[in-house]
Order: sequence, then structure tokens, then C-alpha cells
Amino acid sequence: MRADGEMRASGEMRASGARMLRRQAVNALALGLASLATLAGLIALVWILATILINGAAALGPHLFTRATPPPGSEGGLLNALLGSVMMTALAVLLGAPIGILAGTHLAESGGRRWIAAAVRFVNDILLSAPSIVTGLFVYEIIVQPSGHFSGIAGAVAMAMVLLPVVVRTTDETLRLVPVSLREAALALGAPLWRMVLFVLYPAARAGMLTGLLLGIARISGETAPLLFTALNNQYLSFDLARPMANMPVVIFQFALSPYPAWQSLAWAGALLMTLFVLLLSLGARFMLRPRQG
Amino acid sequence: MSDNMGHIVKSYEQELKRLADLMAEMGGLVESQTALAAQAVVQQDGAAAARAIEIDPRVDALEREVEQFVIRLLALRQPVANDLRKIVAALKITSDLERIGDYAANVAKRSLVLAQFPLPYSLTGIAHMARMVQENLKAVIDAVSETDAAKAIAVWRSDQAVDDIYNTIFRELITYMIEDPRNITPCTHLLFIAKNLERIGDHATNIAEKVHYTATGETLPETRPKGEHSPYAGLGTP
Amino acid sequence: MDASAAMAAPDFATAGEAAPRIMIENLHFFYGTTEALKNITLALPDRQATGMIGPSGCGKSTLLRVLNRMYDLYPGQRATGRVMMDGENIISPDADVNTLRRRIGMVFQKPTPFPMSIYDNIAFGARLHERLSRAEMDERVEWSLSRAALWDEVKDRLRAPATGLSGGQQQRLCIARSIAIRPEIILLDEPTSALDPISTLKIEELIDELKTDFTIVIVTHNMQQAARCADQVAFFYLGELVEVGPAAQIFTAPRQRRTQEYITGRFG
Repeated sequence: MRADGEMRASGEMRASGARMLRRQAVNALALGLASLATLAGLIALVWILATILINGAAALGPHLFTRATPPPGSEGGLLNALLGSVMMTALAVLLGAPIGILAGTHLAESGGRRWIAAAVRFVNDILLSAPSIVTGLFVYEIIVQPSGHFSGIAGAVAMAMVLLPVVVRTTDETLRLVPVSLREAALALGAPLWRMVLFVLYPAARAGMLTGLLLGIARISGETAPLLFTALNNQYLSFDLARPMANMPVVIFQFALSPYPAWQSLAWAGALLMTLFVLLLSLGARFMLRPRQG
Repeated sequence: MSDNMGHIVKSYEQELKRLADLMAEMGGLVESQTALAAQAVVQQDGAAAARAIEIDPRVDALEREVEQFVIRLLALRQPVANDLRKIVAALKITSDLERIGDYAANVAKRSLVLAQFPLPYSLTGIAHMARMVQENLKAVIDAVSETDAAKAIAVWRSDQAVDDIYNTIFRELITYMIEDPRNITPCTHLLFIAKNLERIGDHATNIAEKVHYTATGETLPETRPKGEHSPYAGLGTP
Repeated sequence: MDASAAMAAPDFATAGEAAPRIMIENLHFFYGTTEALKNITLALPDRQATGMIGPSGCGKSTLLRVLNRMYDLYPGQRATGRVMMDGENIISPDADVNTLRRRIGMVFQKPTPFPMSIYDNIAFGARLHERLSRAEMDERVEWSLSRAALWDEVKDRLRAPATGLSGGQQQRLCIARSIAIRPEIILLDEPTSALDPISTLKIEELIDELKTDFTIVIVTHNMQQAARCADQVAFFYLGELVEVGPAAQIFTAPRQRRTQEYITGRFG
């Protein structure tokens, strides 16, 4: 019986020789095309990074962190823009993260009202992919217009609105990754729902939820469009969130378009700083999601 | 409860089949051994006696083979329920069959000795008893291969008749020995032959009990309906 | 244990047997319109292990989830009939689910250590139902882990994350966590299906130990395991209880043909 099987197998091998060659050719072609596409993407990426690195590194220096943006023709740094971005991002996280986490938790845990969850999830996905300029315009309508002036608060609200769907989505997804058996195990001990969520689900999903938050922060820290309509800019160092506020993306935008070489080099330095910041956040997210032992 | 449904694991099914085949082979050998021994006694057939004695080592070998095979099945298949009962019963039934084979060989050997003496009386009683024992043995071996509880119970009950006729023969032989001391040697041999046949009947009964357990999962009562006359009644023991 | 005090329920005592801890009467269970359990009547004897066997989808796990009302979590699942424990129907809507779950612990198929330390895993359940001092909690943790035959292996790393334990240790931790709230009944849903044979034997030995204090219900796909662990075995098929009896009887001489064909490997 075994000899019979071997003969049949070798017969098949011979008969399929031609088909084998064709398969190998198709395989090689597909692999080649995929490699080319990857190469094109990589070249573009390296190009961008190299340009930012070369131009930005030249303008790096401690003055960036000690002096505010200068008037045209004089020397200065990015202190006010950095500070504004940090303050507004922090406020945006304070506004967006709790709401996002609660909403995401509701989506993941509302087993009972499935259609509501599905609807909210759908709307959230639309919000996630909505152009951020629309968000900026919306906040302009509801905050800037009534209050009569641009403000850091408006900027933070706009950023929070961009952050919110990201946090909702990642919270929802990571909570749903927690095995049902873990929930049931907690409930089987007689734990009420809130204790189960707070003490079992959140710790279990912590890494994923934090990663989502970091990626959200990376995203909002680079947003320019919503800030143009809300925080605008401020030439001077300001801690007042109720007033217009300087921030990195808008400063980079304005300085890069300016005719002054000093402003242009500050824009390059700002671009490099932001790239490094986003890189750092991504690495942080990566680190948190690393597979753990045991 | 017949098992018309095969095991999902076919090799297990084949092993159970092989066990049944071994049992059937052993049963067949023992059956013909008993028949040959009876023939040797009743018809003073020396050749039949020789053949009955020759068969014995093969029966012993089969018993060992079944024993090994059963141990293997228990270790590797971990049988339960009817399979477990069948396999464990096989182990015990083969040891009964082996004993039957020994008794048959002993009867055959005694027939050779007996042939050297003039027979003091007719062997009709012994012949009748041998026929009954053979019938029971055949029925119980059929019951084994068919796992037939009804047949097994029939054998279990009919052993009483064998015991009764043994008692009769026992008394008869004692009478002959009292009449004429020269009869003592052949009659003693006949007595042992009758005793051996009776033991064969007992082992057939044991087998019937195991078949009944295999088939139903229930054990038969400890004591079967015994007559008032135990084989020892004639000796006048209390 | 305080459990023993509340165990007088002689109403259902059958001849020579221990009184049932739980009496299931005419239980039906539905997933939507599908009837997953059909008219189950079954007594769970006090401080004995009841093994539930049967092919996948036969309803044995469903029955387990009825006993601690786990099905409450899912809409569209409902049970009718009675499950009596201390004169109370535990599947009636009036029964307090969290109290019920304190009395009936459950261990799942895969180990479910919470993402916290070994100590906190045990303390989590105890904190839900009792207010214990630091020393009392330490004592409770040691008692539970010892009872689950895990204390010696983990006593030097109680603060280490529970997820760092081996699969078998995790499962014993889950058993320790269940008994830490001092339930009366422990439900085990295929507790060893994810474990190696030696870990499996340790769990089985543990089940044997626990029988002195707890009533055990174990669902298993491993028939040998049911034979080894259970005093009473119930065979389920297509939502029906086909046969229930002492383990020795079920595995040597089952009364029902379907039981025999299933346990000997002829169908299922």
C-alpha cells in the first residue's frame, strides 16, 4: 500500500511539472511588484525624514526652548508654541480621554442593546475619518464665534474632538479582546458589573487602551487645520487658555511660508521636534504592546 | 443489548474481533477435546484418547495468548461498559476453558488405564453424563460467541441434571466396589472420570455466569438451585 | 465551615444516600427559541462530585451555567422549572444573583487569572463579600492556596503577577479563588481541558480533597476523568438527561443503550 502511494505521488509530481513552473513565474512576478511598491514607499519616507533631519538639525539649539517666537528679522525660539501645544494637548486629553474611555466601555459592554452599540460605533467611525478642518470649523461656530475671539480652550476642544473617536475605537476594540471567560470569572465570584469593569477589564486592557491614547495624542499634536480656526496663534509667551495661543503646527505653517530665513529655519527645527515627538510616542506605544513573558 | 454499532476507532473494533476469534478457537478445541475424551472412555478408543491429550498444550498456549491480549487491551484501550465486561469475562472464561481442557485430558489418560481392565458393568450412565456435559459445553460456547444471556441461563440451570446423574453414578460405583474389591481400581478411575466430567459441567456453569454478566451487566445469584443430594450425600457426611 | 450548618435539607433524602444539595426539577432552558435543556430532573448529592458527560452541545455546560445564573448576562436566554437549594428556587427572578454566586463558585475551561498579583486574585473575591482585616485576609489567602495545593509553590511570590504561573498553577489559582469566598458548591467546566496530564491529575486529586467540604459539579469531555473524579455521573444527549447513576455503574453496566454507545466510543 505504501509503495502504491509513493508511485502515485511521484506520478503527480511529474504531471504537474509545467504547472509548477507557471506557479513559480507568477510567484516571482507578484513578489517583484510588491518589493517595488515597498521600495517606492521607503524612498519617499527616507527622503522626507532626511530633509527634515538635515534642515532641522542645523537650526537646533537650546534657544528653541528658552525664547519665544521672534518678530521678523530678529532671533528667537519656539518656547511659546511648545508651551501652547503642551497645554492644549493636555487639556484635550483631559476632556477627550475620560469621555472616550467611558463611551468605548459602553460600546464593548452593552451586550444588551446591540443596535444602539452598532449605531454609535458607526457614527464614531465616521467621526474618526472626518476631515479635521470640519471639526475646526464646528468649534469655531460653537465657541470662537459666540465668545468673539480665538482661544486656547477652543483649540483644546477641537483637539479633544479629534482625539475622542480614536480613544472610543481603541477602548472598544481592546476591551472586546479581553476573553469573555475573564468577565464571567469575575461575575461568577459575585462581583457587580462596575467592579468587574474597573478591577478586571481595565487592568487586562490597560496596555491597549494606553496605546490608543498615545496614538491619539500623536495624531492631535500634529493637527493644524482645527487649530487655525480655534487657537490661531500668539506671538508672545502666554499661559492664558482663554486667549489665542501659540502652537507648533500653526507656527510651523506660518513660518515655513514666510520670506524670512530665520523663521524658515525655526519652522524646520519645529518640524524635526514634532517628528521626534511622534516617533517617541509610537515607540512608547510599541513598548507597551510588547509581548510579555508568561 | 447487542452492539450493532461499530467503534469509531476501527482498530479497536478489530482487536475485539480478534479476541472473539481467539475465544472461539479455544472453545472449539476444548469442545473437541471433551468429545474425544468421552469417546475414549465410552468406546475404549485409544487413538481418540491420544488426540485428546495432544490438544491440551495448544489450549494452554491459547490461554496465555488471550491473557496477554486482554492485558494489552486493558492498558491501551481502557475499555468501559459492555466492552469492559466482555474483555474481563474473556480473561476468566479462558481460564475456565483451560481447566476444562485439563479435565478432558485427565479423562483421556484414565481411559487408557481403564482399557487394561475388564469392565465390570455397562458404561451407559457415564456415556449419558458425558453427552449431557458435552451438550452444555457446546451451548455455553455458542452463548459466549453470541453473548446470549438466555442460552447462558439455560446452561446454568441444566447443570443440576449433570450433578444429579453424577450422584447416581457415584452411588452405583460405590456399590460395585463393595460387591467385589477387584473392582476397586477400575471403579476408582471411573469415579474420577465422572468427577472430572462433573467439574467440566461446573466450569461450563461458571462460563455461563460470565456470559450472563457480559450480556446484562448483572451477576447471577451466588447459589444456583441445587438439589438436595449433594455428591457427598452418599457418604453420609452431615 | 459555616456551610455545614445550613445543610439540613432532609426533604429530598433518598434511601441511604446523602441529601441532595441542589434539586433540579423539570428544568427547561432556551437560547432564544432553541430548547437546549429538556425537562431535566436531577439531584446533586451533598459533598459528592457529580460528573456530567456527553457530546458537545448536549447541554451539560448549559446546565452548569444555569446553576450560577451565568445565563443572566445574555438576553434571549431563559430557564423554566425549578432549581431548589435550601428551599429556595435559585432561578426565580427574585433570587439575588450576587449572593447566589457567592454560594456557588465556578471554574472555567481555560484558566482565568485576573491581571493582578497572585495575592490580589484571591483577595478580589473575598473583598466582594466580606470585610476582612489585613491579617484575616492574609490568613484567607493562605488557607485558599493551601486548600488548592498551590501554597508551597507560590508562597514566596504572592505579589508576582498571576499570569506568570504555569497553566496548571493558574487553574489551581482559579480554584483557590473560588474557594476563597467559601462557597458551598463548586462548578467546574472542563477544568483540565487545557492542561497537561500531570497537571490534570493534580486537579483531579484536588477535586477529591475538596469533596470533604464542597459539593462538586464537573463537566468533562474526558470520560476517564468522570470515572476517576465523580461519585455520580450524568449522561446528557441532545439536551436530555439520558441516564444518571453511580460512576461505577455507569462505566461498567450503563442501563441506557445511548450511554453505552457513547462511553464505549461508538457514537458521539
